[in-house]
Amino acid sequence: MNLTYSAEEQAFRQDVRDFLATSLPDDIRERVRLGRRLSADDHVRWQNILSERGWLAANWPEAHGGPGWGPVQRHIFDEECAAAHAPTVVPFGVNMVAPVIMKFGSEAQQRHYLPRILANRDWWCQGYSEPGAGSDLASLKTRAVRDGDHYVVTGQKTWTTLGQHANMMFCLVRTDPDARKQAGISFLLIDMASPGITIRPIITLDGAHEVNEVFLDEVRVPVANRIGEEGQGWTCAKFLLTHERTGIAGLGHAKQALRHLKSLATRVPHRGRPLLELASFRQRVVKAELELMALEVTNLRVIAAAQDGSVPGAESSLLKVRGSELRQELSELTRRALGPAALPFFPDFLHGDGELDDPTLAESAAGAAQYFNRRKLSIYGGANEIQKSIVAKTILGM
Amino acid sequence: MDFSLTDEQRMLADTLDRLIADRVAPEQRRAMLEAPADEPLALWQTFAELGLLHMPFAEEVGGLGGEGTDLMLIMQALGRGLVPAPYLAGLVLPGDLLARLGDAGQQARWLTPLLEGEHQLALAWQENDARYDAHGITTAARQDGDGWRLDGNKQLVLNAASAAALLVTARLDDGRLGLFVVPADAPGLSRRDYRTIDDQSASDLTLDAVSLSDASCLGLDVAQALDATLALGRAALCAEAVGAMEVACEQTLDYLKERQQFGTSLSAFQSLQHRMVDMHLHLEQARSMAILAATSLTLPDAERDYRLAAAKAYCGEAARFVAEQAIQLHGGMGMSEECYVSHYAKHLVMFDHYLGDVDHHLDHVSDHLVDAA
Ligand SMILES: Cc1cc2nc3c(=O)[nH]c(=O)nc-3n(C[C@H](O)[C@H](O)[C@H](O)COP(=O)(O)OP(=O)(O)OC[C@H]3O[C@@H](n4cnc5c(N)ncnc54)[C@H](O)[C@@H]3O)c2cc1C
Repeated sequence: MNLTYSAEEQAFRQDVRDFLATSLPDDIRERVRLGRRLSADDHVRWQNILSERGWLAANWPEAHGGPGWGPVQRHIFDEECAAAHAPTVVPFGVNMVAPVIMKFGSEAQQRHYLPRILANRDWWCQGYSEPGAGSDLASLKTRAVRDGDHYVVTGQKTWTTLGQHANMMFCLVRTDPDARKQAGISFLLIDMASPGITIRPIITLDGAHEVNEVFLDEVRVPVANRIGEEGQGWTCAKFLLTHERTGIAGLGHAKQALRHLKSLATRVPHRGRPLLELASFRQRVVKAELELMALEVTNLRVIAAAQDGSVPGAESSLLKVRGSELRQELSELTRRALGPAALPFFPDFLHGDGELDDPTLAESAAGAAQYFNRRKLSIYGGANEIQKSIVAKTILGM
Repeated sequence: MDFSLTDEQRMLADTLDRLIADRVAPEQRRAMLEAPADEPLALWQTFAELGLLHMPFAEEVGGLGGEGTDLMLIMQALGRGLVPAPYLAGLVLPGDLLARLGDAGQQARWLTPLLEGEHQLALAWQENDARYDAHGITTAARQDGDGWRLDGNKQLVLNAASAAALLVTARLDDGRLGLFVVPADAPGLSRRDYRTIDDQSASDLTLDAVSLSDASCLGLDVAQALDATLALGRAALCAEAVGAMEVACEQTLDYLKERQQFGTSLSAFQSLQHRMVDMHLHLEQARSMAILAATSLTLPDAERDYRLAAAKAYCGEAARFVAEQAIQLHGGMGMSEECYVSHYAKHLVMFDHYLGDVDHHLDHVSDHLVDAA
């Protein structure tokens, strides 16, 4: 065993660093650094730059236009991106629907959708959850009724992340109401411009417009937009969820958050000394440091075990639970380190183009909002309670 | 020992609960928050009629002589309703300092109208460079002819935008701490108004050669009085947090019973039952600490401050636990602004950032751990 990076890996890290230093636009870097929300255009601008460099689809095989990286390179890439304040790639196209299309889609579907994803021509959103179907996703009710070479889809999706920017949605629908729960579900790709679709914002507790409700009223979707067989949707969904969970440990982000926290706690005073010297605070930072060290290795172990191309199994649930807890703890400590400065709230600055003339206020503006926003990490992508049940069942056999 | 409430106290609590249920429902609360800061709050008038504005003050200054327990009951009710009225920041804290330090003229000018509901005030004690330390401030007061001149910055002054005057702490040349009444329209005083993330109205102040008469000086050595007032504030905040925790727990429990997943209500899952019990435990322990705080206000200073630091630190952690679990157990709903529990959660988390946080108060307890034994 050897946990050091090879010379090639170190050279790769330098390449990534150089690329980020020269190619990441300053305005985007600054918005990410300050924790301000990016516009759709900001995301696309950055993803086009990545795409041009051939680095947008980090997880894709070379045959489809991926860079052909192994797990260690992907890990290095994520880490450097977070450290440089690069935006997170919007995952719904590149990291979620694309692997499903590669695995279950027809050749025609692959030829049509994959290049468009690589070129950022489609913005995808995920239509899984419904008001009545969250953790119990298989109880979803959105109906798709066959009518010639179309499905007619009626129902409601909710919590649809960034759906306001999306032109395409991958969606779980019930095609057979009589089959056993999971067996009657199919996986459809729906054009968001179709007649019968209405989208409504849900404002989250940090004042952001990040999620939406999507109403579908007799929306006609070509049968050709179904991925896999009718009734095979649950297999696609499960496959995708495991992919969703791998990135979810969010190690690069955790590392960056810890760096930021240490620097902040060195600067803010507590009774004339840096806050970081205060025992009760320091202890928690130390614990977070250890947790992160362990998680980094666990993460690499899990992806290394899946190097043969298979996706990580229930182990990804472990990464999700611990990774989300750690990131939440770091956001909590950051909010606390800010102290009174965490209180002022400037939603126009954080979520829009409003400017703040006072740089001190700008630096601390996102602290509390991010803490609240990070509560989602233990809820979405399968809530942590559900992840623990998966581990209990599949790993521990309980 | 006696944990019972008097009949009057029970009545007070009931009246307030009814009033708040009636007047501060979610939509009403939103409208109150959206109203301009200079528009008089109708609820304040009702508070005045109910005697709430007189309650926490001694009879000698025209109050009703309420004790810590009365204040606790009021704050708990305000916390339950998440009531956006500046009872603590605009009335209790500045009023308490005026009652302790003001002379007859100053009390007639500022305190009496405060109790009558004719104006509100604010207390400007906090400076970011001093973090939560009320004594470590740098705003300076210098003698200037017959009067005073103030220079400096204050942060997070709650209710400043609605206040007729601000009580401002300032360092004197000899190092002592002075307290001054600065009228809201004093030349040289400017404000940056904003809302905190938990919807409190707050301002940062700049004092640039603010010139004051000698009658504006409430005291030239106010450290001890300030500590007593902040202790009162901490007890009040703990009670308010307990009220908010109660509702967050109730709403979460209701939600677990009502929400169906996997063909049953969420409350059927043992892991969630245990979590709910943990929330309840945190609430009950915090309630005990809030009672301890409310009944410790008349102890000798050191003992009082030790207990208040313990209570505030304990409630800070408990409030955060309850808030985080309330969100988590509501799932996606807990993240949405439309779901009322998220507003409780925000206030419960940010509660820790007012009048000293967990670290600040643990440090105090830790410093005195041995002498307390
Ligand atoms: C910010 C955000 C973005 C999201 N983005 C998307 C998106 O783009 N597309 C999409 O389809 N969905 C999205 N979701 C939805 C997300 O996947 C669901 O919120 C999640 O699956 C939980 O479902 P729920 O909200 O209905 O909670 P519920 O299922 O009602 O669960 C409530 C609580 O009960 C617990 N619980 C439920 N069942 C059990 C059990 N059997 N045992 C123990 N505990 C249990 C849960 O863990 C949770 O704590 C998003 C959610 C959020 C908050």
